[in-house]
Amino acid sequence: MDHRPQAWGRPRDDVYGAYDASYLQNSGPKTVTQSPVVTGTSVIAIKFNEGVVIAADNLASYGSLARFTDVKRLRVFLDSSVVGFGGDVSDMQFLDRHLNELAIDEAYDAAEPTPETPTSPGTLNAANLHKYLQKLMYRRRNDFDPLWNQILVAGLDAASKPFLASVDLRGTAFTSPSLATGFGSALAQPIMRKYAATEEDAARLTREQAVDVVKECMKVLFYRDARSLDKYSIAVVTKAGVELKENEQLERQSWAFAERIKGYGTQTV
Amino acid sequence: MAMFSQNPIMNGPSYSFNDAPRVNGPEGARQHRFDPYTDNGGSTLAIAGADFTIMAGDTRLTSGYSINSRHHPKLFKIGGTTADQKDATIVLSVVGFMADGEALKERLDTICKMYRYRHGKPMSVKACAQRLSTILYQKRFFPYYAYAILGGLDEEGKGAVYSYDPVGSYEREQCRAGGAAASLIMPFLDNQVNFKNQYEPGSGEGHALQEVARRPLTRNEVETLVKDAFDGAVERHIEVGDGLQMMVITSTGIEEILLPLKKD
Repeated sequence: MDHRPQAWGRPRDDVYGAYDASYLQNSGPKTVTQSPVVTGTSVIAIKFNEGVVIAADNLASYGSLARFTDVKRLRVFLDSSVVGFGGDVSDMQFLDRHLNELAIDEAYDAAEPTPETPTSPGTLNAANLHKYLQKLMYRRRNDFDPLWNQILVAGLDAASKPFLASVDLRGTAFTSPSLATGFGSALAQPIMRKYAATEEDAARLTREQAVDVVKECMKVLFYRDARSLDKYSIAVVTKAGVELKENEQLERQSWAFAERIKGYGTQTV
Repeated sequence: MAMFSQNPIMNGPSYSFNDAPRVNGPEGARQHRFDPYTDNGGSTLAIAGADFTIMAGDTRLTSGYSINSRHHPKLFKIGGTTADQKDATIVLSVVGFMADGEALKERLDTICKMYRYRHGKPMSVKACAQRLSTILYQKRFFPYYAYAILGGLDEEGKGAVYSYDPVGSYEREQCRAGGAAASLIMPFLDNQVNFKNQYEPGSGEGHALQEVARRPLTRNEVETLVKDAFDGAVERHIEVGDGLQMMVITSTGIEEILLPLKKD
């Protein structure tokens, strides 16, 4: 029995030989995330008259390999906000654990929920959560140890108005009536802006319209984003709470356009 | 014997992966491909008048060729008693990397608030300007990538504009443009605010030319100049547009004006 705790749980040297420490990086600077490894693609979201719709597909890619096809990238916070993660999946899981801890701490402090206020005013709303994440991401970028994500936060603000905001790996934060990360900012955002160019437009949008727009955008993303999947998660956040569906299938796909694509430009052969 | 090769006493400290000794590089030195900076575009402008200061900035937030937001203000009231900044007397504008800009704004605001609570009076623009320079220079070797302009009224009630570079060099000026379209707006301001290259018609040739007399501009003239400057910048710079936020600082308070700009 080895009485020294630091040797416990390690392969015995007399059986396996001494550990070859040359595998360990023991010189030069400490290295942290320098580039994302397993990644999620776009997250898209749009505000409507009484809440926010947010969606992301269930794929985690390893480069161009579709590695994990059942990864949920929308996470519910305190039954009142939804956080959508794009970028590195391990950093997403770290943040998810962190937010769960935060939610538990918050739940202890919060008053008992009532039917009128399902989320009591003492708890963090989406605007608070977004500010928290912004500070966290900015701190990590200052430490040169970034969390490689672009995050959308959907929910309601202190005045119970729909709230949607983004924060990225450098701590840059902004809001808009509709938001999209990754490929979505090029493919989905123009479509969503047709329906909600301004806050006033978004306030006139119904829940059904908003869900339809988001589903249409998910379809466009699946058509053109090679790192996407036809299985996706979609969440609707309103005053009543969060409705999250994590196993949606893209419907009414039409690949008729595909056979017309031959090479590039106006080739007709 | 080999079993104890991990023993720190015999072979030095080697039992924790995290504590693997670093031979090269000073303590805490890090080197990465990660670029902590981006440019979020946009432009700002400030003009000091005889008894007012006008600060302005567009509200577009970009990254690369994408518009992230069409309404993301670059002007912030600083040093009010409460979070709504109702009784603030100083305005800060930041442009460049917005995450740094907003971190800078929050630090300056906190410092101004602490000053107010400790001394029972608001900070003067002059003092605030010096403090802002110090904050920027403290991060000399990992700078806030933000071009700041501070505006307010000085002790005599005259308009004051202080402009900064990212590491804290600063100067009080009559007017200053910052950000993406600064090089487009600044020459226009030199000509229109400081009357550079304006001469009395028919006053002579060469050295005999007489400069147009300099005079302080009225508030209406300055507002028109600001709008014209931004309309021009929007036409020629893709990172500028969407909305124009103006703050007019007078002895009676700060008036905020929001106007549309081209969204293309």
